[in-house]
Amino acid sequence: MSNLVTSTERLQRLLALVPYVMSRKAVGLAETAAAFGVSERELVDDLNLLWCVELRAPDPYCPIDLSYEGGEIVVSQAESMGRPLRLAVDEASAMLVALRMLAEVPGLEDRSAMSRLIAKLEAAAGEAAAVSAQVAVQVDIPDDDAEEYAAQIRAALTARRRVHLRYYVPGRDEATERDVDPMRLLVVDGRPYLEGWCLRAEGMRLFRLDRVLGLDVLDVPSAPPAEALPVDIDQGLFRPSPDDVLVVLELSAAGRWVAEYYPCESVTDLADGRLRVVLRTPDTGWVRRLALGLGEDGRVISPPSLVTGVREAASAALANYVALSQVMHGLTAEPAETVYR
Amino acid sequence: MSKRKTERLLGLVVCLLSTRRYLTAEQIREAVPGYPEQDDLFKRMFERDKEDLRDLGVPLETGVNHPFDDDPGYRIRQQAYELPELRLEADEAAVLGLAARVWRRAELAGAAAGALLKLRAAGIEADPETAQSAKTADGDGHSPVPHGIEPRLGTPEPSFGPLWEAVRDRRPVTFSYRAAGRSDQQRRELEPWGVVNRHGRWYVAGWDRGRNATRVFRLGRIAGPVKFCGPSGSVAVPDGADVRELVRDWDSAPAREHTAVLRVRAGAGVGLRRHAVSVRADDTAEGWDQVTTRYADLGWFADYAASFGPDVVVLDPPDLREAVIRRLKGVLA
Repeated sequence: MSNLVTSTERLQRLLALVPYVMSRKAVGLAETAAAFGVSERELVDDLNLLWCVELRAPDPYCPIDLSYEGGEIVVSQAESMGRPLRLAVDEASAMLVALRMLAEVPGLEDRSAMSRLIAKLEAAAGEAAAVSAQVAVQVDIPDDDAEEYAAQIRAALTARRRVHLRYYVPGRDEATERDVDPMRLLVVDGRPYLEGWCLRAEGMRLFRLDRVLGLDVLDVPSAPPAEALPVDIDQGLFRPSPDDVLVVLELSAAGRWVAEYYPCESVTDLADGRLRVVLRTPDTGWVRRLALGLGEDGRVISPPSLVTGVREAASAALANYVALSQVMHGLTAEPAETVYR
Repeated sequence: MSKRKTERLLGLVVCLLSTRRYLTAEQIREAVPGYPEQDDLFKRMFERDKEDLRDLGVPLETGVNHPFDDDPGYRIRQQAYELPELRLEADEAAVLGLAARVWRRAELAGAAAGALLKLRAAGIEADPETAQSAKTADGDGHSPVPHGIEPRLGTPEPSFGPLWEAVRDRRPVTFSYRAAGRSDQQRRELEPWGVVNRHGRWYVAGWDRGRNATRVFRLGRIAGPVKFCGPSGSVAVPDGADVRELVRDWDSAPAREHTAVLRVRAGAGVGLRRHAVSVRADDTAEGWDQVTTRYADLGWFADYAASFGPDVVVLDPPDLREAVIRRLKGVLA
């Protein structure tokens, strides 16, 4: 990757390298290479380049003197390069926006460290900090319960305890009971999740905190099996699996929002503002519910079992209203048509 | 990457940092190796170098040593260049790595990494474990997560990059926008005041020049490229403009001022019951409960009630009941 580094990017690294070593008096080659994300060879190239810097006027001299004998870097002379360059606007903003977001995460006991750090960085960044106020990330804390659950999860993580969850699964409209060995609290795009080994499913699962109905920290040690590994969230939280069902939906112009709300495998424009979308899901329960709510604005095209399932549910639901209208007819002498038209 | 260019730029920085007096371009050419003999070539190269240093945030000053000097000179004031002294407690340094990880694989990842590098260069021990890529199931093994917490922000919308630059540099932009529920696109011209992430989506708020009003746009609905349509510094963000509040107002749910009475099958409608005003057994229907709940928007709530299929029956109000029946019939149509 480093051959793709531009001259200015390498310059940034060189400007940081001198103060990095100086602030630590002496530091190992391997450790420094790791800190800068380069190979030891690249680091040695950098050090040689620094050592070779020469100014010719008024008198020729080499402003930087350093050595890395025995694998230990020492900078003995560095002129005015002893301190790192101040933070650029992008750099200050990236850190401050992230920290302000973290400060909102429920259940974080390092909150005071967070606010002290924010104040110090603001002071150090000076003017460069100003723009960061124009970028904000709101952390979703649905209610006080979620705040409390997040605190309990952090406590369980620290004490390495198993938790018992009452968890709502909207796709099946079901409250489930399960024991979970917590691994991490994730906050992805402002939404908190518990990631853990679910003993019921015998697998890693993500639980949205706003769907937790109840949580108890158990007096049982958390003991996730060796195969319980956190997911690489940089690859996306929800990844397709070969067992997933492919669902094809056709949406009217009024139903286009579906393509924005749910991750779609493909979205194709049809005539009259209609859309055809393909979704991939391990559980079609939520699509069934989605289709019932969409009515004529969304139609399941495939799989056939889901097409049938949606139609059957709609028929059964309509039958409820027929029955209701008969009762109401008896009670209020209201014609059945008024219920339907 | 050109090694010669890196050497030249480094020499230029060191040279200008070590002078108190302004140095003219000619003096700089004499002191810093690597500049060409030919005057026009030198001029062009020097201009580009100055531009590169300014892009890096190096505070290059221009001035003259005497009022009667003809040529301007250059210098870098140490105080303006240096990151000010910054002492962090261990717990503060510990959250630094956490903050840098927020942007990983997102638009500001490079900026966050650059900030972390400078802070470590200032002597701060920012938890190397967290700064380096945390090993995961897809990596090679598993590393302790010191806080038990993993924060991430995504910027999947391609318009984030240019809009952030526009906000940072105070430049107006134009883009095509597809408003909610519309399939056609409209050209918008915006003075962007800020970008906000809410419920996992990015928004930009600012002054819509075409509408002559403050407006909020969802980045995911911007189609095609975002183009600058004015110089840097030409956007004035009004005092007291709170972009967070603008987006919140635009997006916030209206008050739930309507009441619905529903018949819900016992054991079903868990989601409905969670937010109900009251739940009691239905005396007139065995195996059903009567659930009273409040809602804001008839269309939205009709979608929701219909989604429960045969497990929920709307008793009241009649317009909600009609709307649900319409949806169910729409499914069968």
